[in-house]
Amino acid sequence: MRQISFSDAIDDALGQAMASDPRILLLGEDVQGLHAGLFVRFGRQRVKNTPISEAAFLGAAVAASMAGLRPVAEIMLVDFIGVAGDALLNHAAKVEAFSGKRWRVPLVVRTACGGGYGDGGQHEQSLWGWLAHIPGLSVVVPSTPADAGGLMLAALALGSPVIFMEHKLISSLWLDFLGSGGRETVNFDIPAEGTRGLAPNIWEPLPIGTAAVRWEGSDLTIVTLGVGVHRALQAAAMLEPQGISAGVVDLRSVSPLDKVTLCREVSHTGRMLVVDEDYEGFGLSGELAAVALEGGLVFEYARVCTQTTIPYARHLEDKTLPSVERIVRACKQLVEQKP
Amino acid sequence: MSPDLWSLYELMFKSRTFEEAVRQIWKDGKISGEMHLGMGEEAIVAGIISQLIEGDAMALDHRGTPPMVMRGVDPVALLREFMGQPDGLCGGMGGHMHLFAPDMLAASSGIVGAAGPAAAGFALAGQMLRPGTVSIAFFGDGATNAGMLMESMNLAVVWKLPVIFVCKDNDWAITTPANTVLGGNLLARAQAFGMKAIEVDGAEVEAVWSAGEVALRHARAGNGPVFFWAHCVHLEGHFLGDGLLDMVRRPVYSFRKRTWPMVKGFFRSGGAPGGERISSLWQILGGVFKIQRQTASQSDPLVRTRQALAEKDAARLAELESVVRGEIQQCVAMALQSQGNAI
Repeated sequence: MRQISFSDAIDDALGQAMASDPRILLLGEDVQGLHAGLFVRFGRQRVKNTPISEAAFLGAAVAASMAGLRPVAEIMLVDFIGVAGDALLNHAAKVEAFSGKRWRVPLVVRTACGGGYGDGGQHEQSLWGWLAHIPGLSVVVPSTPADAGGLMLAALALGSPVIFMEHKLISSLWLDFLGSGGRETVNFDIPAEGTRGLAPNIWEPLPIGTAAVRWEGSDLTIVTLGVGVHRALQAAAMLEPQGISAGVVDLRSVSPLDKVTLCREVSHTGRMLVVDEDYEGFGLSGELAAVALEGGLVFEYARVCTQTTIPYARHLEDKTLPSVERIVRACKQLVEQKP
Repeated sequence: MSPDLWSLYELMFKSRTFEEAVRQIWKDGKISGEMHLGMGEEAIVAGIISQLIEGDAMALDHRGTPPMVMRGVDPVALLREFMGQPDGLCGGMGGHMHLFAPDMLAASSGIVGAAGPAAAGFALAGQMLRPGTVSIAFFGDGATNAGMLMESMNLAVVWKLPVIFVCKDNDWAITTPANTVLGGNLLARAQAFGMKAIEVDGAEVEAVWSAGEVALRHARAGNGPVFFWAHCVHLEGHFLGDGLLDMVRRPVYSFRKRTWPMVKGFFRSGGAPGGERISSLWQILGGVFKIQRQTASQSDPLVRTRQALAEKDAARLAELESVVRGEIQQCVAMALQSQGNAI
């Protein structure tokens, strides 16, 4: 085992896969600078800078994967995926179904997501629920370095389109690029456990679609992902001395969704609190309730999500994104309310 | 008509002084996240904006500050917006990449290329509701590879929309040298859409103004869009804290931070042969040299214009600069004071 940062873990696992499979290449805007270690190691044929043409290079990556390559296409920020929406919605997600599974799309789309550093509502969205809504796309949201590397290997091996989402608040690469810009005069509420952690020396794939129980609890189950995991763990630790035992489930992927773990944990406590940095309406938080209901569970339910466009101003942003304070409050209300 | 160099310089100097203040406030940590300044493109913006009339629209990119300042948006409201204050231009909701001034038909976006469709739409409304007005799209050369911008150019041609597509070409696409990701010639590209296309030195404000006059007359008269290709440098790189520029300005700091991953990558087993690895390193160094060359060059539009004016009337120049500096200082003081009140 070794200590590694979240962003290094992803490039390290990708590098391990690239070294053993010459079909894998990384393409995207500025990738030769952003992933300079991979660029120097693998050269310009395998690490390709693209024009700012998301629709073209993501669409091309879909077809390249159909024709024998294993592209990893980087959409710098998930917000920009709107520009290339067609490649995902109508092509990457459809080819396998349309071809009667005769043609696979072994594509990984890696993209930075999430807020908490004051970049405004066009650069800080999560959108994992929006993406997972489309049948045919897997959506992966790691919350620790070990998961990030393992899930990247699994994404590369899956043989179907995977959106691999890197939360900027735990990625030192992205946070430095977009948040601090080399300054020491700005502060962000960064969860240390997500930023750096233990990881294996040689990466092994971590199966996509398996949630992890991060904390056992008997009064309620917090179901979350990404930075939400760390906020929830902090809230659980604060609630413990107050006599509330909150469990924390890290989904790790939105699609496929680990319904078994979800239902098992919620059935133990009879209460579900969803903490989701993505938008509240018509998304993951509602889906989780539906899955538990379909599983025949009877439970109390609440959610802490992002309800509006994320404001630029940091003090407004803090109120908009799920915070430890909001989670603690929601947990208390959920436990105290009479069934 | 001929341009008034004094008023053009005043616009440019106001924008520059304002952005210098923004840079300091960002460094002090009072502005969070990214900050894309327009230092180096002032002559292009001034040459065009000085000729706008009421009812003209502006579709701005992530470098909206100079156009907003020069069009007359309250600098205090801008500063307050950048600092996320409730009395900022957009109530602290947008920040510098998402500036909106409805009374001036000025809207910005942080999505590269988005100025194209927005300008086409503003122009369509102008064509039907405010004949004789134009719509300006400001974007960089990196954006010219965005499909939506190319589609907008075609749309503007077939609908004869009064759009000036102003390309502020600094030879970079974010932090990638533009020549490595841009095929063909932009003038020829625009002409192939059937559009009038003009190329100009964006560091020469008089040249921009004169070419802009031709372009604006063409569009106002209902003859369709114009592609306005102006070359410039970005004196602060892509954004404040630009990694390549950092390697020039803070080599020791950058060496530890940025060079180590490259060194590790160089020595890792598996991957490209040694020769190719060396060539990758050279390419990264090439980018550093390029930005060093550009930011040290004589392409600063303010330096050029200032020289010309100093020769004409040094006292008047000093007076002009002193007044503008005073105004901006006052704006900064007001904005910082309300920041103090907010916290």
